[in-house]
Amino acid sequence: MLEVRNLSKSFGGLRAVSNASLSVAEGKITSLIGPNGAGKTTMFALISGFLKPDEGSVTFKGEDITAQQPHSICQHGLVRTFQVVQPFANLSVRENIAVGAHTRIAKRAKALEKASEVAAMVGMEGMLDQSAGALTIAGRKRLELARALATEPSLLLLDEVMAGLNATEIHEIVDVVRSIRDAGVTIFLIEHVMQAVMSLSDYTYVLNYGAMIAEGEPRDVTRSPEVIEAYLGHGAAERIAAMEAKADA
Amino acid sequence: MSDRTRLIGWAGLLALLAIAPVFITSGRWIDFLEITLFVAVLGQGWNILGGYGGQYSFGHAVFFGTGAYIQALFQFKFGWSPWITMWFAVSLTALVASFVGYLSFRYGLRGSYFALITLAFAEALHVLSRSFDSITEGGRGVQLALNQDPGLAIATFQFNFAGPFLKAYGFYYTIFIILILAYGVTWWMERSRFGAQLVAVRENEEAAQALGINAFRVKMGAICLSAAISASAGVYYVQKYLFIEPGIAYGPAKSVEALFAPIIGGLGTVLGPLLGSFFIHGVGEITKEMIGHVFGDRPGVDLIMFGVILVLVLAFLPRGLVGLLETLWKRITGGRDA
Repeated sequence: MLEVRNLSKSFGGLRAVSNASLSVAEGKITSLIGPNGAGKTTMFALISGFLKPDEGSVTFKGEDITAQQPHSICQHGLVRTFQVVQPFANLSVRENIAVGAHTRIAKRAKALEKASEVAAMVGMEGMLDQSAGALTIAGRKRLELARALATEPSLLLLDEVMAGLNATEIHEIVDVVRSIRDAGVTIFLIEHVMQAVMSLSDYTYVLNYGAMIAEGEPRDVTRSPEVIEAYLGHGAAERIAAMEAKADA
Repeated sequence: MSDRTRLIGWAGLLALLAIAPVFITSGRWIDFLEITLFVAVLGQGWNILGGYGGQYSFGHAVFFGTGAYIQALFQFKFGWSPWITMWFAVSLTALVASFVGYLSFRYGLRGSYFALITLAFAEALHVLSRSFDSITEGGRGVQLALNQDPGLAIATFQFNFAGPFLKAYGFYYTIFIILILAYGVTWWMERSRFGAQLVAVRENEEAAQALGINAFRVKMGAICLSAAISASAGVYYVQKYLFIEPGIAYGPAKSVEALFAPIIGGLGTVLGPLLGSFFIHGVGEITKEMIGHVFGDRPGVDLIMFGVILVLVLAFLPRGLVGLLETLWKRITGGRDA
């Protein structure tokens, strides 16, 4: 559904994303992990049109969308959420979600109606008339998700929707993400909460210093020596292997 | 507050304004109402772009003045009927707005940069209208011929020699009708997709774009609509005074009045500019009256009052008078009609 080929982006002398490729299969949950500063969010910004890549291409549903404007990419059915949540603070939850719904729906009343439906999908039906500025961090993360969902995407890019949540809240949002997938929306997510990555994703990519260093099923990827070293430092994989060998002996 | 309650409130308010001349026979108070409604229209023009769209213009006189000049010059130079020139005044001003908007929004100017570029446009037109004598009559201004034939009062859109009713109230009802149109459009906008997208752009442009909103196009729509309303205030002004000159058209006074009313009344609300205009002109009149009794006529005292009010409102009523009203309303109804 989404094909990213040899994408590169530099900021001054820093190569934030370097020759990275990936593909997201329709109907699946794919994840992108990597240490802080690896370039994950930059990757999302490149895919969704917020940044223009220096090189490489992004193809979505067979169409080249490289460097298109964010709003037209969204209208094609690819929508992103933001890691640092960006609610329309002076609007109610209902009005926030309706902004997303208006991408497909012209009539105000219909869009507001759709907003209530989407709110129910993410468990916000009780908060519709609350001001978005008054929501807790968990509420804001859900709102971010709901607004994106209201644009009726076929591919949803989630940037750390679980960061800053407690265990119960993570559990709830994992269920929500799964139910969105079951409703037919393909999902591509960035996440640090490994428990969620492991239980949710069908396929995982690992980014480090802007380059793709591993990919595969989540369980295999987390055992890969490159990945362990990327997270824990040089030589970590060897030390762990030695410790495991000692424990076995 | 539900839409139903609001509509009932509006119907009552407009009915009051419609029958006001029955009770107010003093010409001075009719003038007061007229100026208040005029600034309320000017303020609504600013409010669409500034209040709903978050793009603060410091030079809205560009649109008022251009509308006024087109209305005056097309009559003066071509001898066209004011009923025809008014459509040109409104639509050509919207065209000018799309030019200003394109230059500003295409290059992503926001906040103080946008304020500065609008101020620059107003000043540029101020200077140009003064120096291009052959087109604008320069600093002398454009003086329209006074029609003295009562039979042509309506055809010439001049009520000075009309029958007693039109002579006294013609322009009051002119600005009243313009107000209804401008506020009706704003009411509609607030309940439309365009309005929702405009507010989303104000709240967070990046998030709005991520949700499929073409922020550039939305802002362009807003500046054109905003300018059209401001131009209609210019049309009224020219027909009422039959005169326009660079200082009145493009000077800072109109730009400041246009943003005062909505900021004091309540940004991004339909009622805000009208309430704000009533408040500042009411207080202005009362101040002038009181100071006048004690110290004699002191021009400019009302301006000092405006400044004081603005500071107080910004400090204590961030949502303006409308915010205050809504809080009171909630207290009265106990939140039942939220």
